[in-house]
Amino acid sequence: MDIEQLIDLLPEMTEAFLETMQMIGISTAVAILIGLPLGVILFVTDRGLFWQNLVVQQILSFIVNVVRSIPYIILLVLLFPITGLLVGTTTGPIAASVSLSVAAIPFFARIVETALRDIDKGMIEAAIATGATPWMIMKDVLFPEARSAIIQGLTLTIISLIAYSAMAGVVGGGGIGDLAIRYGHYRYDTTIMISTVVLLIVLVQLIQQIGDVVAKRLDRR
Amino acid sequence: MIDIKQVTKVYHTKKKTVTGVKNVSLTIHKGDVFGIVGYSGAGKSSLLRCINMLERPSSGTISVDGMEMTKLKGEALRQQRLKIGMIFQHFYLINQKTVYENIAFALRAAGASSDKIPSRVEELLRVVELSDKRDVYPAQLSGGQKQRVGIARALSNNPTVLLCDEATSALDPTTTQSILRLLKSLNKELGLTIVLITHEMGVVKEICNRMAIMQDGEVVEHGNVYDLFAEPKNTLTKEFITNVVSFDVPEETLAKCTGTIIKVMFQGSSAGEGIIGDMLQEVDVRGNFLHGAIEYIEGKPLGIFILELTGDPEQVNQAMDYIQKRHVRVEVISHGY
Repeated sequence: MDIEQLIDLLPEMTEAFLETMQMIGISTAVAILIGLPLGVILFVTDRGLFWQNLVVQQILSFIVNVVRSIPYIILLVLLFPITGLLVGTTTGPIAASVSLSVAAIPFFARIVETALRDIDKGMIEAAIATGATPWMIMKDVLFPEARSAIIQGLTLTIISLIAYSAMAGVVGGGGIGDLAIRYGHYRYDTTIMISTVVLLIVLVQLIQQIGDVVAKRLDRR
Repeated sequence: MIDIKQVTKVYHTKKKTVTGVKNVSLTIHKGDVFGIVGYSGAGKSSLLRCINMLERPSSGTISVDGMEMTKLKGEALRQQRLKIGMIFQHFYLINQKTVYENIAFALRAAGASSDKIPSRVEELLRVVELSDKRDVYPAQLSGGQKQRVGIARALSNNPTVLLCDEATSALDPTTTQSILRLLKSLNKELGLTIVLITHEMGVVKEICNRMAIMQDGEVVEHGNVYDLFAEPKNTLTKEFITNVVSFDVPEETLAKCTGTIIKVMFQGSSAGEGIIGDMLQEVDVRGNFLHGAIEYIEGKPLGIFILELTGDPEQVNQAMDYIQKRHVRVEVISHGY
């Protein structure tokens, strides 16, 4: 390992790291903003629940499955035209955030839906019997009860996004993956390759641990 | 108070249809503690859940407090549910909320203003004797305490009816007793009409004044608890009663008996009259008590004694006539020689 070479590359490493954080930040925010309500809708419109609407449920479920079955790297390319329209370019971290968000929404929505399904139906019925409004049930029963599982799912989503974002690097998305490809792969620079991998490992560990701690703190069972 | 008219509930699964409740009609009066008894799968839970429309009957009508539940939907149904409390075998408290928040949830459902909620929660906690558990999460409570929170939640909005879905089935006998006492006092003090379903006849004997026995979705017998205990007609009713009031004499004891074995059943005030004592003085037979007790149901005595009568057959018959003349039921279990 060449320490001097590493120090030389430090500014570029920092920039790549910040770009990765930017991609993750944007796509996670979008996943929460759209994926969370989508997950809730997938759950409450299902059979036997208070907003039962099987047409809506099945259409949404189908769309979610379609997006989830497309491998990320293909989704990335498929979305180039839309990305171009939205961002004006198909390279760089902002452009990569578009496809990352599209991948993250259904992923997170399914996690939210699963977390909600794990709640004992009896608890929801008890709230209905109490005379609570659907909105109250969502806010005061479904969300608090699924909160811990949703946080764990969010951790999973963010970690998947880190992996995806590295893939986005291949087509010029920027970030740590991009750095690894440009220096590590194309220039056979082992130092860079190893440094990026170490950086990714540390990042994933950190996020997983934060997620675990928060999820545990929020659980009163 | 609660009028159940020809209610049928059919469940459709992919492969078959199952009738959970078959053409059930029952009237539950104001102030009743009404027990619905049956084995699991008898349809009692389905019937109970039809009362607050957690399940909609396939046909028939149910009205509570003059309001036809089967016609209500959406907001109107929600408003009516505020007047019907419900408690469950597995309590179903919100795990992630404190005792206080669980009860406040029910108050907010009724649109209580936030300045009135704290005092009302305190009041409810006093009723269920859990004031010291205000800020505790359900996980830190025992089963009995959880059920008390469930009761406090159910009572939040001053309901006229309380539905109990196997409310004591997950509790140990001592805790069951304390919950039953609480329910009974709520019935007496608040005039709360209680409908409970259970597979334990002991619960019915303890607090109900009226009951219905269900089998395969149908009500096979219903009436006053005392009357049904005194004179059950249906075999299933008899079976359930035997579970709590059993006077089976051991085989070995029966084998040793040479006389006529009779079962004497006293009802109400005649239990205290000492009829058997009088009879033994009047008629020339010898009596030997094999088994017996006086049970108090709704505070009224119901005495059952198993007696061996020995003596001249004519005298034995005369003895039985004597008892029957005093309006006491006698059944011959086995004749002597």
